[in-house]
Amino acid sequence: MDAKVDLPVTEKAKLSVRNLNFYYGNFHALKNINLEIPEKKVTAFIGPSGCGKSTLLRTLNRMFELYPEQRAEGQILLDGNDILTSKEDVSLIRAKIGMVFQKPTPFPMSIYDNIAFGVRLFETLPRVEMDERVEWALKKAALWNEVKDKLNQSGSGLSGGQQQRLCIARGIAIKPEVLLLDEPCSALDPISTGKIEELIHELKTDYTVAIVTHNMQQAARCSDYTAYMYLGDLIEFGPTAELFMKPKRKDTEDYITGRFG
Amino acid sequence: MTTTLDSRRLAMHAKRKRLNTFALTLSLLAMAFGVFWLIWILFETVRLGLGGLSMAAFTEMTPPPLAETGGLANAIAGSALMVGLATLLGTPIGILAGVYLAEYGQKTWLGSAVRFINDILLSAPSIVVGLFIYAVVVTKMKSFSGFAGVLALALIVIPVVIRTTENMLALIPNALREAAYALGTPKWKVILSVTLKSARAGVITGILLALARIAGETAPLLFTALSNQFWTSNLGEPMASLPVTIFKFAMSPYENWQKLAWAGVFIITIGVLLLNILARVLFKNKH
Repeated sequence: MDAKVDLPVTEKAKLSVRNLNFYYGNFHALKNINLEIPEKKVTAFIGPSGCGKSTLLRTLNRMFELYPEQRAEGQILLDGNDILTSKEDVSLIRAKIGMVFQKPTPFPMSIYDNIAFGVRLFETLPRVEMDERVEWALKKAALWNEVKDKLNQSGSGLSGGQQQRLCIARGIAIKPEVLLLDEPCSALDPISTGKIEELIHELKTDYTVAIVTHNMQQAARCSDYTAYMYLGDLIEFGPTAELFMKPKRKDTEDYITGRFG
Repeated sequence: MTTTLDSRRLAMHAKRKRLNTFALTLSLLAMAFGVFWLIWILFETVRLGLGGLSMAAFTEMTPPPLAETGGLANAIAGSALMVGLATLLGTPIGILAGVYLAEYGQKTWLGSAVRFINDILLSAPSIVVGLFIYAVVVTKMKSFSGFAGVLALALIVIPVVIRTTENMLALIPNALREAAYALGTPKWKVILSVTLKSARAGVITGILLALARIAGETAPLLFTALSNQFWTSNLGEPMASLPVTIFKFAMSPYENWQKLAWAGVFIITIGVLLLNILARVLFKNKH
C-alpha cells in the first residue's frame, strides 16, 4: 500500500516497520506495512475488527512466535536493529518492549510479587531496592494509594480496573523502552478508563507507547499519532489532529465519521 | 395479528414446559436410582463395619484362621506405605507428562501418541496392570514384594495424574501465558510460576482422586504384593494391604475374619470418602 510516512524532522523513530507481511497459516493478515513509531509519543492504531491492528502490535514484541502457524516477513527495527532476525534472546527483546493486554491478567500471586516477578527475571535487587521499585511502579500506574496496605494480598482480588493498572505497573517495573497496549480499556468502566488514559499521557514522558483501540475518541484524546488500518493494509498514518480533522483519504474519513466500520 | 402470535407463543411455551417437566422427572429418577444403591452400600458398610471395628483392628496383626482376636494393623500400614509410595512415585511423572502434553506437545505427533496411549492406560483394567508387573518384576525377582505392589499402583496413578494435569493446564487462558511471556519470562518459568501455579488446586485434586482410587484397588496387588500375615516394612517382602486382606477374609468361612473384612471395608470407605471431600474442598476454594 502506501510507502512509509515520513515523520516530521523533530521526531526520532523508536520502532520502524519495513515491508512487514504477516500470515496466519495461509491467511495474509498484514500486507506490506511500512510505519515509523516515534520515540516518547503515543501512537494509536484504529480500524474495524479484523483489520490487523492487534496482529501488528503482536509482531512488535514477537508474541506471535508462540504459535508455530504464524509468521512474519520483513523488518521491525528497534533503534535501527532488526528484532525479527536478531540473534538476541527474545526474552531480552520483550524486556525492552513491554505489553499490556485486553483483559487484565494478574498472576496467581500477591500484588507485590506480581510486580517483583518481572523485575527478578533480569535483576537481583536487595529487598529495600525491590520495595522501592514496586512502590515506584505502582505509583507510576496510579495504583499505589489503593493497594499500599494490602501488598501481600492476591492480585486477583482487585477490581478489573485495578487489575489492569497492576498489569501496567508490572510492565513498567522492568523499565522497558516501549509499551504496547492492546485495547487496554475495553474491559473497563469509564472511570477506570479515564484513569488509564491519564496514565498513558504520563507514560509518554519516559516511554514510547503504541496503543490499539476500538474507541476513536480514545485515540483522539490520548495519542499523538494515529494509524488507520483496514483489511491488513495501513491506509493512513499521521499526526492525530491531522488524521481526525482533515484525513487525506476518503476511507479514513468514512471510518472516523462513523459512515463505515 | 398480535393475538395469533401470542397464542402461538403460549402453545410453544406450554409444550416446552411439559418437555422440561418430563426431562426433569427422568433425571430425578436416574439420580434416585444411583443414590439408593449408594446409600444402601454405605448403610451396610457402617452397620457391618462398626461391628468388627475396635481398637484392636488398628493395633493387632491379622489373625490366623479360627483365632478369636486380631486386627488389621499390618494391612493398614502396608496399604498406607504402598499407596503413599506409589503416589510419590507416580505424581511427579504424571505432572511432568501432563505439562509436556499441555505446554509443549499439544499439536505434535508425539503429544498425540502419548495422549492416545495414556487414554488406553487410563481405561485399562487394573488386573492387566497387576499381571504386567507380575510378569516383568515378580517373575524376575522370583518373589512377591511390596516394591512390586508400589510399581503396579504407581502405574495406575500416572495416567490419572497426566490426564487431570493436562486438562487443568488447558483451562488456563492463553492470555495469562502471553502476559508472562510479554515480560520476557522463559518458558520453564512461565509454566512453573504462572500456569502450573494457577492450575494448582485442580492438579492436587487429581492426585487425591488417584490416591483414593488406588487405596481401594485389589487386583494390581494380588499378583504383586500378595499379602503377609505379619508386620513388615521391608519392601522386598510380600506385604499385606487392606483390599487384599478384605478379599481373603471375606471369602473365608471364619466368622472372625469376616467381621474383620467388614471393618476393613469400613476403614477404606471412610478413608476414600474423606479424600474425596478433601479434594472437593480444595477445588472449591479456587473456583
